[in-house]
Amino acid sequence: MKFLSVTLLAFVALLAAPVSSAEDIGQVKVTAGAVHIQRGAERLPATVGARVRVSDTVVTGSDGSVGITFTDNTLLSAGPNSVLMLERYTFNSTTHDGKFHARLNRGSLAIVSGKIAKQAPDAMVIKTPSSLLGVRGTEFLVKVEGTE
Amino acid sequence: MMRRALRAGACGIMLALLAACASTPPTTVVLLPGQSGKTGAVVVRDGGTETVLSTPYASARSGGGQPIEQRTTSEPEVEKQFGETLASLPPRPTKYTLYFLSGTDKFTNETKKEVQQVLAEVAQRPAAEVVVIGHTDRVGSEHDNDKLSLQRARRVKALLIPLGIPEERIVTAGRGEREPIVPTADNVDEPKNRRVEINVR
Repeated sequence: MKFLSVTLLAFVALLAAPVSSAEDIGQVKVTAGAVHIQRGAERLPATVGARVRVSDTVVTGSDGSVGITFTDNTLLSAGPNSVLMLERYTFNSTTHDGKFHARLNRGSLAIVSGKIAKQAPDAMVIKTPSSLLGVRGTEFLVKVEGTE
Repeated sequence: MMRRALRAGACGIMLALLAACASTPPTTVVLLPGQSGKTGAVVVRDGGTETVLSTPYASARSGGGQPIEQRTTSEPEVEKQFGETLASLPPRPTKYTLYFLSGTDKFTNETKKEVQQVLAEVAQRPAAEVVVIGHTDRVGSEHDNDKLSLQRARRVKALLIPLGIPEERIVTAGRGEREPIVPTADNVDEPKNRRVEINVR
């Protein structure tokens, strides 16, 4: 019985381990003013070194801005009054296949795309309330008007 | 009475829908010249229409019930509109290439200098991460080269830890034979392709 529960525990640990380490998709490198990461009901401080995950929403205040480097070397910054949801992110560091879908509900972004966008057209997509932006390996800016 | 209430309800829904349409804020996109001198492209889609931005400072405004408007903006205008946002972009990753003495995991003398630069870069970056990426030439199968390239990256990681880079700050990857410096036919022995690349970001 004891053996069984130990085996079960080990099995659960095995299942849990790779998931938790694979969940981090990027790290905060720059932060100014009021910025936080909304993860479900949790409100996490976006300090330098904080890690972001799929389904996180990055929120900046009227004096806030934040810069995040993703695991595929995508660089992204959000200006004041931004709400950015990281909807989908996968990256295979061997093949460079992946997907990066983010939704900017308000505010502004600067993006230097990384390895995901280079590997396939439309692997990286930014959504705004009015439009869909397909990224073909590039540096660009986005603003949702009247909300910044 | 009942009918009037229904009609009022329907109008209310219509009004809410109209308000939702009218309040969808337009989006402005600006393509920047790439730092490597190469400008990429962004495809802007709004409902059924799309436009492609592919020249430096090309800008599109979409949404608000209007067709997509394209124009060319300028660096000063971008600075005015996006200055704060651009100022928070993380520093660009730096790249180093390490070579090995043939058939060993000992660094060449030149590579020792590269490693010193890696350490200096790590020390000055906020929340620095070190990405160690192994590459192989095309001798052997793709599958074996995937394994070999990852082994090479892990060896370098093991060499970096005693030099003072915390283990949790280092990630490894193996690209196999997918990214040669010198493109060759299959099964060609090419020392320039047997290397490890380090990104500090």
